[in-house]
Amino acid sequence: MAEESVKLLGYWGSPFALRVKWALKLKGIQYHYVEEDLPNKSPMLLQYNPVYKKIPVLVHDDKPLAESLVILEYIDEEWKQNPLLPIDPYERAKARFWAKFADDKCVPPVMAAFSKKGEEQERAAKEARENLKTLESGLEGKRFFGGETIGFVDIAAGWIGCWARMTGEIIGINLIDAETMPLLDAWFQDFLEVPFIKECMPPQDKLLEHNKEFHKILTAAST
Amino acid sequence: MAEEVLVFGAWGSPFSRRVEMALKLKGIEYKYIEEDLTNKSPSLLKYNPVHKKIPVLVHNGMPVAESLVILEYIDETWKDHPILPKDPYERANARFWAKFIDEKCLSAIFKACWGEEYEHEKAEIEHEKAVKEVSELLQLLENELKEKRYFGGETVGLLDIAANTIGYWLGVFEEASGVELLTREKFPKLCNWANEFVCVTAIKENLPPRDKLIAYLRNRFGAGNASK
Repeated sequence: MAEESVKLLGYWGSPFALRVKWALKLKGIQYHYVEEDLPNKSPMLLQYNPVYKKIPVLVHDDKPLAESLVILEYIDEEWKQNPLLPIDPYERAKARFWAKFADDKCVPPVMAAFSKKGEEQERAAKEARENLKTLESGLEGKRFFGGETIGFVDIAAGWIGCWARMTGEIIGINLIDAETMPLLDAWFQDFLEVPFIKECMPPQDKLLEHNKEFHKILTAAST
Repeated sequence: MAEEVLVFGAWGSPFSRRVEMALKLKGIEYKYIEEDLTNKSPSLLKYNPVHKKIPVLVHNGMPVAESLVILEYIDETWKDHPILPKDPYERANARFWAKFIDEKCLSAIFKACWGEEYEHEKAEIEHEKAVKEVSELLQLLENELKEKRYFGGETVGLLDIAANTIGYWLGVFEEASGVELLTREKFPKLCNWANEFVCVTAIKENLPPRDKLIAYLRNRFGAGNASK
């Protein structure tokens, strides 16, 4: 399969682009990667994603797709090896539910804790911790959301562990509490140890520096 | 095999109506439970402990929450009258636009109709901005519809059902608030689609009464942002 037929427009520091990289890696799909300069988006990106003008965008045989969870489902349906979603409709519904929950309820308060200050930050951190605790219940005591192996929710939400920890380090507030969320904590660690997951992660020190800079900009803006 | 399908919903909610529309399209029998959202039942809280919201579909005792997740579950469980196309790219496209409608359109429409309270001079400008935003969003949907009869092609599909907020509720919001958004001159295709959509039997039978909905909206949100 020609590498040119699959293209991914992404950003090295974006967890949403990372999700797509993980899915493509899991399925052994060759692709051409295009690094976008986000303050200076390419005409190609704007043409491929006119609605949101964001990365990631997957382009397959010149047909573009945006929104990372939509892209994950497409990848799963187009290439059937190493399935992300389970076969049973009820299990699939649960997987979609938890991936959506992670995006709608976990990511925003983690981002808010990262970018706000004072009371707003404390409230966001509290909400992040509560919702992460709820996410833990979705694991149902399993090692991964996908069971013994990585699945849809793991790829959708596994990055949050790394980013939340980094955020916690930068803002000085712990978001993932190993005592109150032992299973979630273990899951995040196990996830990051899976070889193909680890291989695709951006270099941690570079990411930390980048996020520290980003944090300075955001908190200066909110004064 | 005896099958039990329950739907927990609210009469005015486009989200629970979506679930009923999909079940009706596929000819699936179900029992409907009307929830008083100011006084949620123990059953609802048991079946949707995470969000405590309607709609919830309960199939043989197993609950599914979040309307778009429920629509996909319905399509995968009952294979007659599919609401998603077979082609993965077309499926992804339908999911993309359904997400777009839920994440972008409803809140923008609401803001244009009932917005926030602003001091007089600011109100006019903010209102115009809100209306312009809705216009841009509707234009994207108008472009996506192209020459198709429905978003799903020749028959109603998942995206049409997800767009029930545009196909029916938008018109009701407009009437209740006096704000004009979906005009025929700007959005002829979308208007034609809306007319076709509400005529489909499975859809028509599942629309809340217009007057009742208008009265409820005016009561809950006030008279609306129409320019005086």
